[in-house]
Amino acid sequence: MAKAKGLSVREGDVMVMVGTMKGAFLFRADAKRRRWERSGPYLQGNPVYALAYDGRRGRHRLWASANNPFFGTTLRASDDFGAQWTQPKEPNIAFPKKTKLSLLNIWQVVLGNAAEPDTLYCGVEPAALFVSHDAGEKWELVKGLHDHPHRAKWEPGGGGLCLHTIVPHPKDPKRMHIAVSTGGVYRTTNGGKTWAASNKGVRAEFRPDKYPVFGQCVHKIDRHPSKPDRLFLQNHWGLYRSDNGGRSWTDIANGVPSDFGFPMLTHPHRANWAYIMPLESDGFRCMPSAKLRVFRTKNAGKSWEPLARGLPQKDAYETVLRDGLAADALRPAGIYFGTRSGRLYASANDGASWKLVADSLPPITCVKTAVIGREARSA
Amino acid sequence: MTVRVRLPEPLRAFADGERDIAVEGASTVRAVFARLAETHPGVRHRVLTETGDVRPHVNVYVGDENIRYLKGLDSPVRDGDTVFVLPAVSGGQ
Repeated sequence: MAKAKGLSVREGDVMVMVGTMKGAFLFRADAKRRRWERSGPYLQGNPVYALAYDGRRGRHRLWASANNPFFGTTLRASDDFGAQWTQPKEPNIAFPKKTKLSLLNIWQVVLGNAAEPDTLYCGVEPAALFVSHDAGEKWELVKGLHDHPHRAKWEPGGGGLCLHTIVPHPKDPKRMHIAVSTGGVYRTTNGGKTWAASNKGVRAEFRPDKYPVFGQCVHKIDRHPSKPDRLFLQNHWGLYRSDNGGRSWTDIANGVPSDFGFPMLTHPHRANWAYIMPLESDGFRCMPSAKLRVFRTKNAGKSWEPLARGLPQKDAYETVLRDGLAADALRPAGIYFGTRSGRLYASANDGASWKLVADSLPPITCVKTAVIGREARSA
Repeated sequence: MTVRVRLPEPLRAFADGERDIAVEGASTVRAVFARLAETHPGVRHRVLTETGDVRPHVNVYVGDENIRYLKGLDSPVRDGDTVFVLPAVSGGQ
């Protein structure tokens, strides 16, 4: 297959980055988000579980985890929207020898707090956190988490033992939450030196003790930048909200067809709004009643409403993975999701109506967005 | 003593585009990759994991024999042998 050209973007464009099991695709539209152009596939043949855009300090850098099925996982970068990608000779993310661990996959790439414009974080499998303080040149294992006594008892979920979610604090660079399947949520308040399990009230349906200190299979957490102590959580069975920075969680599965699912997304501007995509069950990971619906709360989880206009409501045996749902930063917000059957949908009006942007992509693992020139980071 | 390492196409980018690399003075496959790591670290890291094991979807042969059925990385090599690195049929997306 011919090498894909880079995406041609202009200031103010919305870029949607889509990771799939066979490479990455990029989409762009102007701020109206009516017409989408596509480029890719990039990193062909490599499952891409993590994508990020770093527009800080004048950069235009895409980050992608390339999980080469033969030759291992590396973190690769492009400074020209996909035309060329770095190919590090030695893996940039690697466990120190004394850990006796080998990298299996990179699940998440996240930019650090605004006060740290050269900091990036990676969540990997086996579950661990890596940090770079020089814009991705050098990476090191976050030892405070790696040395946590709970780590030896974390167990792999269906996707492996992975640290899949990193949620930096919007104001305090020393505070952060991470989530591990299966280990649960952990938080640090001292820049990663120490970590506390943050799972009080979160149920572990698959264990004899239903409310352990740790060991929950948390699928995704998200927080609103204007209200950083409020977090939403999609669990392996269970929907929760915390209003105290994760110290405890309240059940908010009020009126949803199922509280099983993977993504959890807060609205970029409204702290009471969040989006989920429930699945029938852990045994049948498809949309309830075979209707493709996004569910939204406008009251922090007291109730949820289905959003279905423009989405198939019959025979839609779809699955959306934990990083398959994203929002852009415009008003009204663009909401995007990608399915395991390779369909990418977009809404330009907070989810009120939807359009199919792409069909027949490989299975979609992650969807991320950025507004070029207006924001420094992907969401 | 010289052993030749033959690389699959995707790994030649880490060996200045060469298909074959000559390795001197190694008596086992493990030693071959240790020597190779000195000159072509990118090859070594794509064949072996951080813990030094052959990646699950990579096969290494000495001549016609897969080292998994010999002594693994401790399989001996002799002067003139060719060590083949090949993507396994079990991998791929």
